[in-house]
Amino acid sequence: MAPRLKLFLPLILFLVLAAFLFRGLSLDPMALPSALIDRPLPDFQLTELADDRPLTRADVIGEAALFNVWATWCISCRVEHPYLQQLADSGVPIYGINYKDEDAAARRWLRDLGDPYRANIVDRDGTLGVDLGVYGAPETYLVDAEGVIRYRHVGVIDERVWRDTLEPLWREILALETLP
Amino acid sequence: MNPLRTTVLGLWMLLLALPAAAVIESYEFSEPELEVRYRALSQELRCPKCQNQNIADSNAPISQDLRRLLHQQLEAGSSDREILEFMVARYGEFVRYRPAFNAATAVLWLAPVLLLLGGAVGLLLLLRGRKQSPAALDSDDQARLTALLQTAEKDA
Repeated sequence: MAPRLKLFLPLILFLVLAAFLFRGLSLDPMALPSALIDRPLPDFQLTELADDRPLTRADVIGEAALFNVWATWCISCRVEHPYLQQLADSGVPIYGINYKDEDAAARRWLRDLGDPYRANIVDRDGTLGVDLGVYGAPETYLVDAEGVIRYRHVGVIDERVWRDTLEPLWREILALETLP
Repeated sequence: MNPLRTTVLGLWMLLLALPAAAVIESYEFSEPELEVRYRALSQELRCPKCQNQNIADSNAPISQDLRRLLHQQLEAGSSDREILEFMVARYGEFVRYRPAFNAATAVLWLAPVLLLLGGAVGLLLLLRGRKQSPAALDSDDQARLTALLQTAEKDA
């Protein structure tokens, strides 16, 4: 190696390292890729929150929808609730997955705060949660008409998240659905 | 009691209190061998919520669920491999502290070896460079060195 070039070696090393570290600044270490993207929504045999009727996978697919994992113990869920209501009012079908919660508390929540959900799957023991790879609430899954999971959002959905991330994907899913 | 003794005693008591914060639930196993595997697996599986803990150390609800599942599956006779595949299918390779070798984890697995090799090569080059430099004296330099040494000897 030319002696000149050798002199610049520390600088080059520094720049490479700095580039990696700079990239690291804008990465979210809490964001995990979902293992279930482009995989079918898992099967389940659970009940509906309001009337305890049995609910299975076949009952909730057939139309593109959001699946929102929520619980009354989850404070961020309360934050996102009004926005979910808005989305539901604008015609987006949303199914709730009531995750590791008490039925009575969950029913009270829906009565007091409003019910944006088509139906609520009661996942008292978190079994569907584990099959989905849920690690906290709220989480929201975009599922297409064939029942395939297309995207997972971890955390609160607000106007910004919907506009910047979810809505474009949602439109894409809807567009595919209307194709012959 | 003197202050030093009080401090030492206090620290000692604090140390004794640490295990109390550890995970509390305990599972019954039909065979001791299952318990050994339970320990090993719960240390290899990572808590998806609290990312720098394994599920053995974490008391997050999700870790409790995963421990319960682990216990169930061990008792049901699943192999370690099947259990890990079950977890990875749901939570991704992230859930293992020793992820399988594939395109995504290749850098992770190979980086230490490559860095070690790079270091060794660098060291080798450095050492070789050092050995050569004394031989780089040409005859002029050698003559000057001898002259200098002689003057130094005279001065002494």
